[in-house]
Amino acid sequence: MPTMPEPTVPAARAALLVLADGRFPAGGHAHSGGAEAAVKAGRIRDAGSLEEFCRGRLHTAGLTAAGLAAAAAAGLDPLVLDEAADARTPAPALRATARRLGRQMMRTARATWPGPELDALAAARPRGAHQPVVLGLAVRAAGASPTDAAHIAAYESVSGPATAAVRLLSLNPFDATAVLARLVPELDQVAARAAEAARRALDEGPDALPAASAPLLDITAETHAAWPVRLFAS
Amino acid sequence: MHLDHADTDIYPQRHTYSSAADPRRPDGTRRALRIGLGGPVGSGKTATVAALCRALRDELSIAVVTNDIYTREDAEFLLRNAVLPATRITAVETGACPHTAIRDDISANLEAIEDLEDAVGPQGGLDIVFVESGGDNLTATFSKGLVDAQIFVIDVAGGDDIPRKGGPGVTTADLLVVNKTDLAPYVGSDLDRMARDARAQRGDLPVAFTSLVAENGVKPVVDWVRDRLAAWSAAHA
Ligand SMILES: Nc1nc2c(ncn2[C@@H]2O[C@H](COP(=O)(O)OP(=O)(O)OP(=O)(O)O)[C@@H](O)[C@H]2O)c(=O)[nH]1
Ligand SMILES: [Mg+2]
Repeated sequence: MPTMPEPTVPAARAALLVLADGRFPAGGHAHSGGAEAAVKAGRIRDAGSLEEFCRGRLHTAGLTAAGLAAAAAAGLDPLVLDEAADARTPAPALRATARRLGRQMMRTARATWPGPELDALAAARPRGAHQPVVLGLAVRAAGASPTDAAHIAAYESVSGPATAAVRLLSLNPFDATAVLARLVPELDQVAARAAEAARRALDEGPDALPAASAPLLDITAETHAAWPVRLFAS
Repeated sequence: MHLDHADTDIYPQRHTYSSAADPRRPDGTRRALRIGLGGPVGSGKTATVAALCRALRDELSIAVVTNDIYTREDAEFLLRNAVLPATRITAVETGACPHTAIRDDISANLEAIEDLEDAVGPQGGLDIVFVESGGDNLTATFSKGLVDAQIFVIDVAGGDDIPRKGGPGVTTADLLVVNKTDLAPYVGSDLDRMARDARAQRGDLPVAFTSLVAENGVKPVVDWVRDRLAAWSAAHA
C-alpha cells in the first residue's frame, strides 16, 4: 500500500485556537463591536441583519485589523504599526477601546507567550498599544504565522458582535453561530488579503496595509460611549 | 511555576502583571490587600463597602473597584455619599457577565486596581482595595488571581434557605455575611436556622450577621477585615 505523505502543519498552528478561543482572557467579553448600538438603532434585529452587520464589519474594520495584526506577526516595527493603527482609527472612542483591549491582550500574551518583543512594546506603551498590533506580536511570540494572525483578527471582528447579539436580542445561539459559519469563505478571503498586504508592507512600509473604515461604526461608537446605561463597554 | 521562576531573570518586568500571586508592586513596595465582595443582587454589597470605608478610612488608605452590570450606580452611590474621593473609586464594565469579569477574565479588574495603586501611590500608597462584583448568582466567586480574600454577602430577605442551598459563594467564601437581620421578623426568616445551615456548609469558616441600618452594624465585618490586613502585613513585611 502506498504511504500517505506527511501532512505539513504550519508552525504552532494550534496557537491560533488558543488565541481565537472566546475564553482567552483578554477583555473581549465586555465589548460588542458596535452591535449594542446597532441593536438599539434597529439595524440588527435577527440573524439576517446580524449577518449583514458582521459582513460590513469584516470587510472594513476587520480587514484593517487583520492587516495590522499580520504585519506585527511578520515583524514590522510595532510602534510604527501602532501609529498606523491610530491613523486608521479616526473615532476617539474606538481608539480608546483599541488601546484598552490592547493593554488587556498584552497582559495575557506576556503570561502565555512571554518574550522580549512583548516586553518592549509593553514598556513603550504602558497604557496599551492598539489591540491588533499586540495580537500580532502575541502570534509572533507563539511562533505562528502572519496569516494566522490575520485569521484571528478577522474572526474577532465578527465573533464579538455575534456573541453580543445573542445576549442583547436573546437571539437563538444556533442561528448566530450559523451566521459565523456562512461568513467562513469571506473570513478566509479577508485574512488572505491582509496577509498579502502585510508581506508587501515589509518592503513598502505600513502604507501598503488596508485602511478600510466604516463611518457608521465610527459615529455610533462615539454616541454609544456617552450612553449612561449600557451592557457593553463598546 | 518553575517557568515563571526561570523567566524572572530574563524578563524582570513580568512582575508588573500584578496578579494576586505577587505581593509586590513593580517598584518593590507592598501592594494593597485585595478583598472581593460578591453575592446576589441587592443583598447589601455596596452598603457594606460604604460602611467599611466609613469605619476604616481615617486609619487606612482605601480604594474601591465596582463591577456594575449595566450602569455606574454603585460607583455613583459611593461618590454621592462621599464615602471616598473620586480618585479612589473606579467602575469596570462587564458586558452583561459580571462573574466573567471577576473569575474567568480578570484583566479589566486587574488594570483598574493597578491604575488606582498608581494614582494613589504618590499619597503614600494603598492599604486595601475592595472589589465589588455586580449582583450575580450563588455560583459567582472571585479568582484567586484577582483577590486575596472574598466576602459573600446574602440577606435574610432572599429567603432563609440560601445557606442550606450552598453553592460556591456560600460554601467557600472566606467570610459569609448574612445582612439585613433587622428585616428577619418581617420576612419570616429564622436566623438560628441560617446560622446552623451555614455552619453545616462552611465548617469553621466564619459567618457574620449584620444589619447596616443599626449603629455600627458593620462591626463584625470591620473586625474580620482588620484581622486579614494584619495577617497580610505580617506575611509580607
Ligand atoms: N433594612 C436594611 N436594608 C439594607 C441593609 N443593607 C442594605 N440595605 C438596603 O438594601 C438595598 C440594596 O443594597 P445595596 O448595597 O445597593 O445592594 P448591592 O448588593 O450592592 O446591590 P447590587 O449591586 O445591585 O447587586 C439598598 O436600598 C440598601 O439601603 C440592611 O442591613 N437592612
Ligand atoms: Mg452594589
